[in-house]
Amino acid sequence: MKQKIRDILAKHGGLPVPVDTLADDADLYAAGLSSFASVQVMLGIEEAFDVEFPDNLLNRKSFQSIAAITRAVEGLTGSAEAAE
Amino acid sequence: MTMTVGTSLAERAQRVSAVAAVHADDVDAKGRFPREAVDAMIAERLLSIQIPAALGGEDCSLSEIAEACSLIGQSCSAAAMVFAMHHIKLSSLVSHGAGDTWHSAFMRRVSDEQLLLASATTEGGIGGNLRNSICAIEIDGDTCRLTKDATVISYGAHADAILITSRAHADAASTDQVMTVFTKDQYTLEQTHVWDTLGMRGTCSDGWLFKGEAPKEQILPKPFAEIAAQSMLATSHLLWSAVWYGIAVNAVSRAQAFVRAAARKSPGVTPPGALRLAEASNLLQLVKSNTIAGLREYEAAKADPDRLSSMGFAVAMNNVKIASSETILAIINQAMLIVGIMGYKNGTPFSIGRHLRDAHSAQLMISNDRILGNTSNLLLVHKQDTSLIG
Repeated sequence: MKQKIRDILAKHGGLPVPVDTLADDADLYAAGLSSFASVQVMLGIEEAFDVEFPDNLLNRKSFQSIAAITRAVEGLTGSAEAAE
Repeated sequence: MTMTVGTSLAERAQRVSAVAAVHADDVDAKGRFPREAVDAMIAERLLSIQIPAALGGEDCSLSEIAEACSLIGQSCSAAAMVFAMHHIKLSSLVSHGAGDTWHSAFMRRVSDEQLLLASATTEGGIGGNLRNSICAIEIDGDTCRLTKDATVISYGAHADAILITSRAHADAASTDQVMTVFTKDQYTLEQTHVWDTLGMRGTCSDGWLFKGEAPKEQILPKPFAEIAAQSMLATSHLLWSAVWYGIAVNAVSRAQAFVRAAARKSPGVTPPGALRLAEASNLLQLVKSNTIAGLREYEAAKADPDRLSSMGFAVAMNNVKIASSETILAIINQAMLIVGIMGYKNGTPFSIGRHLRDAHSAQLMISNDRILGNTSNLLLVHKQDTSLIG
């Protein structure tokens, strides 16, 4: 799942650095994720994992890092396996 | 005989408003800083009302500050906007600097000395997006240094301190920003642009080349992204709306005085402007309700950083700004139509030209197109709140 998230981030995140250089817990906003791009990443994730982010997850914290996004998606899909 | 001086916040703001009213036309005509009104704010100690009582302030809520903005805005838009912008900067310090030694001590100074705070978020080359910086703060041991081509620093020449954004370090991404407080003795300003505008002339929002050096502890400890989301954007939209409401209220009051004067001259005949006045009153109530609802939402979310940085909250605050900035123009235009040539002319008791010119700034300070673009992006994932009461 993390790899899939990394691919989406690489495609839609508009980051000035390669996603491979970011650790799972690296701060994506500090890495240059804009609020516009974070929405595009959310859309990409919603499509890829067939989930919908509820409003309580639509905040900066949910998209702070690759690990945080993974937790949010796991919470929505029930488990990491279910999404694979 | 002793005179009783009212001490409530509204009474203090009313006294400032009375001073601002005397000089408003001159401030506008000369495009000069509303010195008398700001001196009155200092005399009434209004510059520290938002600061916690423990640091010498009065713990005022944003709604109380908004009321003061509206009262002053009814006399002089520029003075009210200076007051609003000062408190927008202060909200960032109160929300994000309270746990920090230097910033707490600085708030104590703002209270004791009634310091006026200005903002430098705009920079040549960023295209108006304050969530981007080109300049970077340089940290050298315990010192930080910053040079910024700040194309707008409202009342920069009159401020006692400037809160300024930059990239967090030389290698930081353009969105990885910090905000730093520099006091007047720590920077130089070299003027690059002159603020000669249609309206809001007294905010003196000239452009400056800023060069500052200060102890690095003056950098706010939170990323600017969080400061922007959790205090600055919301308080900007709400306090600006309060100022704009004040401008519109005064235009409608002038139009109403005009209609009433006509009605008294010919009892039994409804004056021609009366119907438009009813329409203006209706729109005014919309702006008021919109602003109050936004203030309530902010006060309710204030203690919860997650809620403050949620999309739903951002959409709500964006909507407050769009609605008030657009609607005041419709209202003031109605007032102008009611009063006619006496409103179009300067120097009559019914003049509305200054109001109309000042109000035109509302759609531009953070362009409504940019805000709508931001909201439209958020609405791709955020689902509309379908409740009425919430």
